[in-house]
Amino acid sequence: MAVRYMLGNEAIAHACVEAGIDFASGYPGTPSSEVVDTLRRQKVRDFYIEWSVNEKVAFENALGAAWTGVRSLVTMKHVGLNVAADPLMTSAYTGVKGGFIILSADDPYAHSSQNEQDSRVYAHFARIPCLDPAGVQEAHDMMAAAFSLSEEFSLPVLFRPTTRVCHSKSDVELGEPADDRRKGIFEKDPKQYVVIPAHTRILHKKLNEKQAALAKRLVELGFNRYEIKGKTGIITSGIASEYVNEIVPGDVSVAKIGAYPIDEEWLAGFVSKHETILVVEECAPVVEEVVRQVACGTVVHGKKDGCVPYEGELDPASTAAAFEKAGIPYNGEFPEDISPAEGLPPRPPILCAGCGHRATFYAMKKVFGNKGIYPSDIGCYTLGLQLGAVDTTICMGASITIGSGISNAGDENPVVCTIGDSTFLHTGIQGLINAAYNGANMTVVILDNRITAMTGHQPNPNTGVTAMGDPSPAISLEALCRTCGVSFVETIDPYDYVTMIETFKRAKETAGVKVIISRQPCVIDARRRGIKRKHYFVDTETCTGCGVCVKYGCPAIEFIDGKASINSLCSGCGVCADICPQGAIRPEVKR
Amino acid sequence: MTGSYDLLIVGVGGQGTILASNIIGEACLSEGRTVRSAETHGMSQRGGSVETHIRIDGKYGPLISPGTADLIISFDLLEAVRYSHFLKKGGVIVSGKDIVVPTSTFQQGLEVPSRESLEEMLSGTECYIIDAVSAALEAGNMLSQNIVMLGAASHPLPVKPGSLLEVVKKLVPPKTVEINSKAFEIGVREGKKQP
Repeated sequence: MAVRYMLGNEAIAHACVEAGIDFASGYPGTPSSEVVDTLRRQKVRDFYIEWSVNEKVAFENALGAAWTGVRSLVTMKHVGLNVAADPLMTSAYTGVKGGFIILSADDPYAHSSQNEQDSRVYAHFARIPCLDPAGVQEAHDMMAAAFSLSEEFSLPVLFRPTTRVCHSKSDVELGEPADDRRKGIFEKDPKQYVVIPAHTRILHKKLNEKQAALAKRLVELGFNRYEIKGKTGIITSGIASEYVNEIVPGDVSVAKIGAYPIDEEWLAGFVSKHETILVVEECAPVVEEVVRQVACGTVVHGKKDGCVPYEGELDPASTAAAFEKAGIPYNGEFPEDISPAEGLPPRPPILCAGCGHRATFYAMKKVFGNKGIYPSDIGCYTLGLQLGAVDTTICMGASITIGSGISNAGDENPVVCTIGDSTFLHTGIQGLINAAYNGANMTVVILDNRITAMTGHQPNPNTGVTAMGDPSPAISLEALCRTCGVSFVETIDPYDYVTMIETFKRAKETAGVKVIISRQPCVIDARRRGIKRKHYFVDTETCTGCGVCVKYGCPAIEFIDGKASINSLCSGCGVCADICPQGAIRPEVKR
Repeated sequence: MTGSYDLLIVGVGGQGTILASNIIGEACLSEGRTVRSAETHGMSQRGGSVETHIRIDGKYGPLISPGTADLIISFDLLEAVRYSHFLKKGGVIVSGKDIVVPTSTFQQGLEVPSRESLEEMLSGTECYIIDAVSAALEAGNMLSQNIVMLGAASHPLPVKPGSLLEVVKKLVPPKTVEINSKAFEIGVREGKKQP
């Protein structure tokens, strides 16, 4: 046993090693990414680890592994579970042999996500158990237990930490890594693994029959527990229970839901002993709906009567506000009349100095203008919004499909969509096949920085190394796009402004689907690999202060006393030198 | 009540806020204390405003609510003001004196607040303003500013400076142990000069 100061995701990864994990796959997505990143960097246990091209692929790989009897894990973020929803639903029917954990990290407040959906609802939908840890230690302990639970019921287990668990750190007590090994052996059993209707009808019934025992077991395991102290009770789940514990007075009862499905009889036992209940949970009213079903004569407060917000994440102050609305006293003082300082310039995240995406967006906008329609996708380049070059973002891979939809609907303005290399391989490629085959008129710009950058630089099949760092043949985006039926496939260097403009112009004049691959390694990754370029500087005598370079939005370019100036962030891409109308920006020369 | 000592470390992505918070967390562990923290991830490398919540002797959730923090350590004067509403009455701010000017001001033509106006906005609170750049240069490397700030903040922090320094030596890259140890000591010295 060792106590370490650890990130939630690191503690979760360690728990998998303790549980004797044999197979891990995933697609990166904040806040889930560090689980596989930690597993691939650890040296304690040797087992199969991959970054897959998307969540459905990752899911099915891990499911196949679990069918051979080994313990497997698949990781993703909540929106990734949508991509894997198809196999998820049926995997509950087939069940598993080796423990199979689906980690789907939720993001209340959408810190870095397109929505705030609740993975607990998916678990309910699929009728599989869901574990909802309240903190780093519990995330560790629950994950260590999850594999056995999965094997006990032969069911996939959905593990659902939230941002404030994944990206929290705390002192955490770890267990010993497992040293036993399993070898995957697939035993044929078509009645279990071939879901033709005749088999499925039986499997569905078996799945339903597991539910009651499962709900009872989750109480026995201590995941769901309560303590009765008075006539008022709080029912809470996940990290919200930490905020409740922080402020709850000694004479108020607390029930903590750490796992689903909830045993309704057990829950009714708690509810019936109270006159008033407040349900405190983040995201969807999953617990509250069950509480309302079993409440008979007990007053229930929660989201449905406006005591707890439906949106965003909770904290001690907002939890105290919920107590207040429900007429329940609380401990602690939370000043109400607090507002942040006004009039400060915002500091949103921006594309890095020298990022090839910025140059590509700039050239693209120059050629296609304000009438161009710019569907974009999920990744760093969504920040192209600040350059006026992102008109739509919905989910992974949707830039090409939304773009072809707009084009085929008859809009005659040029449609130019942007998508990253990893996202293109994730679900972009199907859209390209579809657009080319069905005769869309659009330009697809693949922003190829050779890595999955936004989530922390995970490799993808375009990078040329596997998750474990072994070299692997990088796919050819050019060959791939041509195979999809696109004849106009051009590769450009975003640091070569003139050629970029010329290529975009040719694409504009050509009918049909055009693909332009804009290739330059991510600047952060390039710096780590020791690539150095000369810094640029502004010749203040030639600079007229026109501000064209400043509008370009590179954080290395500042405007001081009416003239442009380049700071130490410069990575030497040199694009600003090309766009300066006066030729006032030049590379530094050592004398 | 929790009895935890609650602090925020704020700054601009890339300034080393997470390393500073790791040092405090590890120092707590070395003193056998509990600690909870919450970090900004994801877009933190891209120049955005970042915050880390740390609750020394914390036993519950990692988040600190506005108006309840004991201390704010800020690597940037503008960010110190941006997060100042988190401070409780009687709390302390330890901030670097410089500002990384947000690119948004140049793009949108917004006014950049002056150092004087920002200091004025903080005038109602107990505030230590540290010249972290000069101190880091004195130590031998611009990149040691975060360790300077940690040294300066060691006065109000309820963790022994010796524990912090031990962890600094353990967590910084081996080649930079000497410079960072010096940066920490200079930070302690600069923090002492404050009111």
